[in-house]
Amino acid sequence: MSSRRIFTRPARIAAIAPYLWLGLFFLVPFGFVLKISLSQTAVAQPPYLPVFDFAAGWETVKDSLAELSLDNFRLLFTDNIYVLSYLRSIKVAAISTATLLLIGYPIAYAMSRLPKKWQGIAMMLVIIPFWTSFLIRVYAWINILQQDGLLNSVLMKLGIISSPVVWLASDTAMYIGLVYSYLPFMILPLFATLSKMDGALLEAAADLGCSPVKAFWLITLPISVPGIAAGVLLCFIPIIGEFVVPDLLAGSDATMIGQTIWMEFFTNRDWPVASATAVVLLVILILPLLAYERVQTRQIEGKR
Amino acid sequence: MANNMLRSGMTAPTGYAPHGLATNQSLAAGEEPLLRIRSVVKTFAGVTAVDGVSLDIRAGEFFALLGPSGCGKTTLLRMLAGFEVPDQGQILLNGKDIAQMLPHQRPVNMMFQSYALFPHLTVAKNVAFGLNRMGLPKSEVDGRVAEMLALVQLKGFENRRPDQLSGGQRQRVAMARALARRPKVLLLDEPMAALDKKLREGTQRQLQELQRSLGMTFIMVTHDQEEAMTVADRIGVMASGQLQQVAPPRELYEAPASRWVAEFVGDINVIEADASTREGGHLSLWSREAGSIVAAAPSHDLAQSNICVAIRPEKVRLFRSASAAGGEGTPNLLPGEIIGHSYLGDMSLYQVRLVTGMVIRVSVTNAIRRETGGFEPGERVVVSFDPEDCVILER
Repeated sequence: MSSRRIFTRPARIAAIAPYLWLGLFFLVPFGFVLKISLSQTAVAQPPYLPVFDFAAGWETVKDSLAELSLDNFRLLFTDNIYVLSYLRSIKVAAISTATLLLIGYPIAYAMSRLPKKWQGIAMMLVIIPFWTSFLIRVYAWINILQQDGLLNSVLMKLGIISSPVVWLASDTAMYIGLVYSYLPFMILPLFATLSKMDGALLEAAADLGCSPVKAFWLITLPISVPGIAAGVLLCFIPIIGEFVVPDLLAGSDATMIGQTIWMEFFTNRDWPVASATAVVLLVILILPLLAYERVQTRQIEGKR
Repeated sequence: MANNMLRSGMTAPTGYAPHGLATNQSLAAGEEPLLRIRSVVKTFAGVTAVDGVSLDIRAGEFFALLGPSGCGKTTLLRMLAGFEVPDQGQILLNGKDIAQMLPHQRPVNMMFQSYALFPHLTVAKNVAFGLNRMGLPKSEVDGRVAEMLALVQLKGFENRRPDQLSGGQRQRVAMARALARRPKVLLLDEPMAALDKKLREGTQRQLQELQRSLGMTFIMVTHDQEEAMTVADRIGVMASGQLQQVAPPRELYEAPASRWVAEFVGDINVIEADASTREGGHLSLWSREAGSIVAAAPSHDLAQSNICVAIRPEKVRLFRSASAAGGEGTPNLLPGEIIGHSYLGDMSLYQVRLVTGMVIRVSVTNAIRRETGGFEPGERVVVSFDPEDCVILER
């Protein structure tokens, strides 16, 4: 039938490409991590057992399979250092994301109200920091926040403080770093939604008896929900696994899950526990993604 | 109520004289208009969009503002809605100046060209939106929503979202939403521009019926003269920020006030006269490009020069010879040659080049064409028209 020919060969290849990519660079490595998470740590190269030896025949592989266990996962839920790391990660991500939304929304809103020719410039200003390496920008914050840094000298010049405040190695410094680093990820999706909004909708709301403030709550905010959802996810998910910012700016008394995984891998050389921690993190991150999926499907269905 | 009357009595000046000649002539003497627009001016960055417009609109009227794009008609409408504030002039609704009032405080509602339906709300909630802002009890809101949806024949669509509707259905939701608050005046910004031609014709009829049955005052902006003629009781033709003529459709077409209006509303042949003499009820004119013409003289005095004779294509008849047209003594027999012909289904449009050089457009309904037989390009013909059908215009 001719209907089969809707998908020509190049179209079919193009449709398969993303799956191939995901399979090769996400699913296969994840399989490795999952397998390692079920293994036991060992003083060996690689530092875990069992190692599958496919060349030695099916029987040896079957023996190796029998050696896999859920011990590492049990450990994660009995030793509360892991649970505390997860909880701290979620807390830090939640507080940062909420702050990002509170700061990012007004910025995105103001940008969307600019005349068209200024919008491009505003967008550039948001994006330009990306031209500098992320790591260098976080190091710059160490400079700004240190004892004799820019922030303290400005605050002292203004007479707000009389002696230098210790900013570094604190949650405050970490939140400053996180909010600074992730702000564009919040602003851009919000701006995309808000700038698409038809200005006539607000005129219609005014015409039907809405004050400007009321119109914002009843029209602008609900319409920007997809942008809010995208911005929140784009910030919340990477912040949960964030390593650089907490490692450089926060104190060492509490760690986020990214730092815990790093420690297990490089300090403790315990690949299986590190892998198990990573697997659980993935499961935690899938939950908000599924929620986002549902919001999106609802919207797509709404369009039909 | 008494308070209201008192206030309107105080703001309406005594001995108010109408501004423009054409503007108020269609209002009966002593009739108090619902809406009075007085010498309104609006300028955007040095460009005058609305330039001293005065207009009275009576209660229950269907009024159309007609003009080419950029003529200021939409700006005028937006000033009535409150989205723009006039630089000068007054907008009196029941005698009260609303020109400076914010949109959400005005007892008028607008139907937007893009409909501006709230995409995140269902049909019922869109219609209820304005009612909820009035603080009506839920039972009354529900009742009015049902009433409005019945009015626009959208019962059963309550829970659909705007993007699940067709263009025509969306247009009707916009209508229901704008009518729900029972505004004193309903403003319609190009309400049918987004509909296809077939749908538009039916919708025009429905819109007119709706306005008649509600007895509400409608002010519609449109660039489509056919649409304005079909639905409106009176039409205000605008160009470059000013009202050119305000008249009922028939008067606008039969007695345009200026050459510009004559050429904007419908098709018309304009013959520029080089000399003219008045002979009783008739005017004898001579034109270099069309020869001598006799036209019915208007009652008012005319300047001797700068006169045009305008004649609609459907008022011009075609004959194969002068004798067929009535022979010697019949006025306005102009010989020429057919140079173009287009068949439009219900009628045929001919272009005739007169021996004096001018090209005259003639339309013949195809029902008549069947009787007389068609004309072919190259054929020699005689063009004829009645002196009574000529409109005399000053250039």
